[in-house]
Amino acid sequence: MRRLTAWMMAAALLAVTSLARADLTIEITKGNDSATPIAVVPFENLTGGSLPQDLARIISDDLARSGQFEPIKRDNLIALPGTTQDVFVNDWKRLGASYLVVGQVKTASNGGYSIQYELMDVLGNKRMLGEVITGSNGELRARGHYMSDEIFEEITGIRGAFSTKIAYITANGVGDNIRFALYVADSDGHNSQEILASDEPIMSPAWSPDGKKLAYVSFEAERPAIYVQELGSGRRAKLTGFRGINGAPAWSPDGRKLAMALSKDGQPEIYVMDIASRQFQRLTNNPAIDTEPDWLPDGSGMVFTSDRAGSPQIYRLDLSGGTERVTYTGNYNSRGRISPDGENLFMINRAGNGYQVAKQDLKSGRVTSLTDTQWDESPSVAPNGTMVIYATQQGTRGVLGQVSADGRAQFSLPSAQGDVREPAWSPFLN
Amino acid sequence: MQFTPYAKGLLVALSLSVMAGCSSSGGAQDGDMDSANSGANTAGMNTGANSNANQMSNAAMPDVRTIYFAFNKDTIRPEFESVLMGHAQYLKANTSANVVLEGHADERGTREYNLGLGERRAKSVARFLTVQGVSPSQIEIVSYGEERPAVQGHGESSYAKNRRVVFDY
Repeated sequence: MRRLTAWMMAAALLAVTSLARADLTIEITKGNDSATPIAVVPFENLTGGSLPQDLARIISDDLARSGQFEPIKRDNLIALPGTTQDVFVNDWKRLGASYLVVGQVKTASNGGYSIQYELMDVLGNKRMLGEVITGSNGELRARGHYMSDEIFEEITGIRGAFSTKIAYITANGVGDNIRFALYVADSDGHNSQEILASDEPIMSPAWSPDGKKLAYVSFEAERPAIYVQELGSGRRAKLTGFRGINGAPAWSPDGRKLAMALSKDGQPEIYVMDIASRQFQRLTNNPAIDTEPDWLPDGSGMVFTSDRAGSPQIYRLDLSGGTERVTYTGNYNSRGRISPDGENLFMINRAGNGYQVAKQDLKSGRVTSLTDTQWDESPSVAPNGTMVIYATQQGTRGVLGQVSADGRAQFSLPSAQGDVREPAWSPFLN
Repeated sequence: MQFTPYAKGLLVALSLSVMAGCSSSGGAQDGDMDSANSGANTAGMNTGANSNANQMSNAAMPDVRTIYFAFNKDTIRPEFESVLMGHAQYLKANTSANVVLEGHADERGTREYNLGLGERRAKSVARFLTVQGVSPSQIEIVSYGEERPAVQGHGESSYAKNRRVVFDY
C-alpha cells in the first residue's frame, strides 16, 4: 500500500515535469578595474565546415567571469593568428594585452574535433602553454571550460573552477500555482537540466563532496523531507521525514555524514546523520532556532546560524565540544559558508539598506560587504575559493549573482523566466 | 542534439519514480508517529466541559483562516484573538476535525532561518489553541518559511500579508 502511494506520488511529479530548460545568461554588473587584460583570438577553423561552438568566446567569458581578467573586445583585435608562430608580439603589446590565447580546430580522424590552443605571455614574449585536445560535437563546451581552467591556473597559480556545475531552484507562478524545479547546469549557466519538479517547494540543494549526488529538501508529500538523489542514475532515497522541519542538509567533507536542522524535538536543532547507519547525533540543545550548518573543511566542526542571543548570528561548533559565537558586526548574520581554505566566512549580513553577501576574515574578524544589492541570500563558494554565487532580486524577480571573493567583480545570471534561487556550487568534478 | 535534454529528462523522471517506490520504507518516518502520539495529552481532557458549553453556538468553521504577525515576531496580535477563539471552539466541538497550521515568513533574511520563524508562528497559534482546550492531536504544524508568499513584491505592505499562519482543515 505504501509502495502504491509512493508510485502515485512519483506519477504526479512526472506529470508536472515539463521539458523546459532554464539556461542562465551572464551580465556584468561591476567590472574589476585592476583585471588583467588578455586577448582571446577566435580559433582558426580548418575543418571546412562551421563549428557548433565558439571556443574563444567560451574561454573569454569564463576568464571575464573570474573577475581577474578583462578580455579585449573582439572588434579591437588587430590580427587573427591561429598559432603563436603567426604572432607579431609588438601588435599585442601596443593593444595592451598582457596575455594572448590562440587556437586552431581541425577535423580529427574519428570524425570529432582536434583542438590546438596556446597561451602566450605578451610582455615576456614567451609561450607558456600549448596542448592538443580532442572532443566530439557535444563535448566542445566542456573542452572550452577545460582550456579556461588550464589557462587560468597557468597564469594565476590557482586551480580553475570553470568545469564545475551549479545546482539551483526555479519557481514559476504565484500563490497556490507555483511550479518548483531543481536544476543542474554548467557553472556558466549553460546546459541546464531539470532533475526534479514539483508543485510543492524544493529547497536547499547541497552537493556531495564527490559531486555525484545532491541532497535537498522537498515538500512534495506536503511536509518537508530530506532526499538524496544520484545525478547519474536519477535514483534517490528519502533520508528523513520527521515531524516538523527537516532542513538545511550539509555533507561532511568525507561524504559519510549529513548535518541538518530538525525540529522533531521542539525547535530547529542541528543533528548529524551517519548516512550508512542512519544514526542521528544531536549537536545543539537550545530554545532558539539553530539551523544552516556548514562543515569546516577539516571536518572537525561546523558553523551554524542561531538566534539564541536574540537575532540570528553565526556560531562555530567544535565536534569535540564547545560552541563560540563568530559574528558580531551587525544584528543579522546568517547562512554562513566557510571558504575552502578555512580562512574566510561568507554569509548574509544585514547592513544599512538590506541583506548582502559579506565576508568575514576568521583570524582578524574583519567584515567586508561584497555586494551592493538589497535582498541577497544563499551564498555558495566556488571550490577554488575565488568566486561566490548567491541569490538576489532584480525588480521583483529572483536572479543569481556571482561576485569575486574580493568583491571587485560582480555579475548577474538571470533566467529567461521566473525566479531563480538557492544556487549551490559543485566541488571540482575532474 | 535537440532531443537530448528531452530524453535525459524522461530518463531521470522514470528512474525517479522507480526509486520513490523503493525508498518509501525509510526508518526515519516511524519516529514521526511516536511523537505525534506522545504529544496528545492533558490539555484536551481537562477542558472538555468548556468545549461542550460553547459547542452549540460556535460550531461552524470560522470564515477567517489567516492571521498575521509583526516582523520577526510570533506573538498573537490582540485583534486576532477572537479569530483564534472561533477556531478553538470549532475544533473542540468537532473532535474528529484536524487542522494543519501553515506558518509563513516574509522574504527578508535567509530561507532556512525563515522556516524556523514560520514554525515559531504556527507553534504560537497551536499553543493558544491548546490553552483553550483543543487537543494537540487535532493540530499539525508545517512551516513553509518564505517559500509560499501570499503576495509578491518588496515593501512592508507585501511583507505584512506574507507573515501569517493559515488554518488548513
